[in-house]
Amino acid sequence: MTVLDSKIPDGPVQGKWDRHKQDIKVVSPANKRNFKVLVVGTGLAGASAAASLAELGYNVTAFCIHDSPRRAHSIAAQGGINSTKNYPNDGDSVWRLFYDTVKGGDFRSREANVYRLAQLSSNIIDQAVAQGVPFAREYGGELANRSFGGALVSRTFYARGQTGQQLLLGAYGALMRQVDTGKVTLMPRREMMDLVVVDGQARGITCRNLVTGDIESHTGDAVIVASGGYGRVYFLSTNAWNSNSSAAWRAHRKGAFMANPCYVQIHPTCIPVNGEQQSKLTLMSESLRNDGRVWVPSERQNDLSNAHNVPREKRDYYLERRYPSFGNLVPRDVASRNGKMMTDRDLGVGPEPDRLAVFLDFRDRIEELGKHVIEERYGNLFDIYHEITAEDPYSVPMRIYPAVHYTMGGLWVDYDLMSTIPGLFVLGEANFSDHGANRLGASALMQGLCDGYFVIPYTLGNYLGRVELKPVTGEEDEFRESRSDVNKRIDEILDKSGKRAKSKTRHTVLQLYRELGLTMWDHVGMARNEEGLKYALEKIPELREKFWDTVIVPGSPSTFNKTLELGLRVADFFELGELMARDALTREESAGGHFRDEYQTEEGEALRDDENFSYVAAWEWNGEGKAQTLHKEDLVFENVKLTQRSYK
Amino acid sequence: MNLTLKVWRQDGPDAAGALESHTLENVNKNSSFLEMMDLLNEKIMLDGKDAIEFESDCREGICGTCCLVINGQPHGKSLGVATCQVYMRDFKDGDTITIEPWRAKPFPVIKDLVVDRSAFDRIQAAGGYISVSTGPHPDGNAIKIPKDVSDVAFDHAACIGCGACVAACPNASASLFTSAKISQLALLPQGKSERSRRVKRMVEQMDDEGFGNCSNIGECSAACPKKIPLTSIARMKREYLRAVVSPFDAS
Repeated sequence: MTVLDSKIPDGPVQGKWDRHKQDIKVVSPANKRNFKVLVVGTGLAGASAAASLAELGYNVTAFCIHDSPRRAHSIAAQGGINSTKNYPNDGDSVWRLFYDTVKGGDFRSREANVYRLAQLSSNIIDQAVAQGVPFAREYGGELANRSFGGALVSRTFYARGQTGQQLLLGAYGALMRQVDTGKVTLMPRREMMDLVVVDGQARGITCRNLVTGDIESHTGDAVIVASGGYGRVYFLSTNAWNSNSSAAWRAHRKGAFMANPCYVQIHPTCIPVNGEQQSKLTLMSESLRNDGRVWVPSERQNDLSNAHNVPREKRDYYLERRYPSFGNLVPRDVASRNGKMMTDRDLGVGPEPDRLAVFLDFRDRIEELGKHVIEERYGNLFDIYHEITAEDPYSVPMRIYPAVHYTMGGLWVDYDLMSTIPGLFVLGEANFSDHGANRLGASALMQGLCDGYFVIPYTLGNYLGRVELKPVTGEEDEFRESRSDVNKRIDEILDKSGKRAKSKTRHTVLQLYRELGLTMWDHVGMARNEEGLKYALEKIPELREKFWDTVIVPGSPSTFNKTLELGLRVADFFELGELMARDALTREESAGGHFRDEYQTEEGEALRDDENFSYVAAWEWNGEGKAQTLHKEDLVFENVKLTQRSYK
Repeated sequence: MNLTLKVWRQDGPDAAGALESHTLENVNKNSSFLEMMDLLNEKIMLDGKDAIEFESDCREGICGTCCLVINGQPHGKSLGVATCQVYMRDFKDGDTITIEPWRAKPFPVIKDLVVDRSAFDRIQAAGGYISVSTGPHPDGNAIKIPKDVSDVAFDHAACIGCGACVAACPNASASLFTSAKISQLALLPQGKSERSRRVKRMVEQMDDEGFGNCSNIGECSAACPKKIPLTSIARMKREYLRAVVSPFDAS
């Protein structure tokens, strides 16, 4: 018997959300002002939620680790946002987006959640246009669309290569409007260090003021965590430097189950790693695959300095060859795996000795459409590529390689987006719910905004309107203990007791972090197997011990201290990384971004085991040094037929 | 390559600061400037000293967090890039590089190279948005926006709020930042209804924060990583005049 109740409404999938909205408990406008909601994170999900809830009358306090909400990592999303508008008249519908998303996620997501996402996708575009988001337009003045991976229709709206930025600035504007009215109190440069649970309900958070170092308690009637994903557990990823898992992880340690942590998206088109001093990887938007063709030489070639001279018959356009229907626009997991397959066969291109890259080539389309068209579509991306590599992609093909980009796993939530802790809601990339084992391109912006603008404003009332909440002041034992725990961790990492100062070998946070990242990439990365995962499960705790025994974190706890911030986040990554390996080992099948070498078809595609693994793996924290307990939420498919995913 | 680095160190907004000299060896020319700073901090920390505080986040030129004055120029000498997009291949072995924070009175130093840019948030809160709430809105295609209008609006919307314009301006004016948002929203039909109110409130807030006035020098636009054009400020001034002369927003 599972302890997980997903609270999916009954009836046909098409009417679930509408019916649920009718059944939902509504808090009256006059009463909303008696509630205070804490929103942690101000990216697309957090900013849209904070603004929308404040507009409804709730008192909102929004917490942000940056100096301004506008810096949240949603800003880096390039390519676009999906919606079922069907403006191009190419046969798109709510059903088709729903189906594509469930299939794209390799049948490991909840039908009801995905259907709701598809239904609401159209409202998001209208909302953003009303806010003045400058989406790309056709000459007639109407909104333009392009195609993304895993879909056979053009349903992606975009704002040059800066769609995430423009949508975030829209949500940020809405948030700042509420700051202006006084309904939102903005807390920039604050990091959530702990969740405070009183009488089984999420009632507050403990924060560190990142300028003064003060440890603060904040109380509320509900807590919303929208703190993004955990891709930086790999050290090198496309995620921003400050992106981290700590808010979610600290909630997990207080009782929120962590779901499907092994589902990680490795994005196929990133600029390859270059040198040991590299700190992060840069994505080249999937939209480039609309016009760029992916290839490697059909036989190993040593000199590729003039790749455009390689004759047609000596090139292998392997995605077009293997997937004639979807071609270069196969989903990300498929494209990444195929790229790895080519470099594993020693057909890779780029600097010796690794040659870890494949070509993404625009020559044919530049000849066909003219350079100015390609420039208008992707100019800023080509500029970024040029800056980083010092190569001009208009005249030589881009070199690309997969990199960690997004995490589908996250805190487990029910249909109302509430975690296993009553009163703790989780939105956006931080939750696990909508993308299954692989996310389709242009769906992250959609989900973050859908959760924040159109789901939580309804479902929060369903909680607040039903429960009894006793007043809290922040001086209850739970708050005091939480502050004291946080202070202890800080003292320990700063080596206040002086025990580490005596040890002979000391390491910086970055040295230890890189080591964790490499272990994760090599053994819990693009392809996993039992042996590697078992090795990771031994290695990660060793590294964690080494971290606590040798790490150098200088400076004071009561000033701005980036090393301290990073050190505390990395400490949490050591715990999360271990759980990811355990989840990956337990899932004895391949699904989407989770590829186990042992489970593949003859053609090297992911081989699912629906009979035994058609479930959400939700892990319960059992305390320090103990393995988490696995709980399973069975996935029920009433509307789509489970098939071997094919993009041929 | 081997470098000499002169880095600004300052404990807090009221403390005196000074340049501190460091040498750094074996910098990879393909590293980014911030990766070079990471390397420097590694060295400093292994020597048992406190790291130099500086900020960065996306490290791909879109979040606007990084903010270093490199050899006297905000975001370095290259045009159209943020600090995180500066690469060491732009420097020579043996170079001496001076690294300082944004310097402007409304951007007080928090520590070393980190400054407080919250004044920008307050300008934004004063009207840098269209006042619509979440809910049903007309279909996205109900308002047709000519492509060229939309494109120009986008050129202004591209501002990343880094503050290089202020750091580059001898008057520490925030005119380019403020005018970018005003221009975007004044150009779009959705923004017309509160055009006057917006420009008046945002300009007033900008002045209250202590930013200087614009005297058409143009350093801001030259330093801007997103190349926001100087004409943006001219538009803001026109909008302001229009709002004062004809305060009604009927368009």
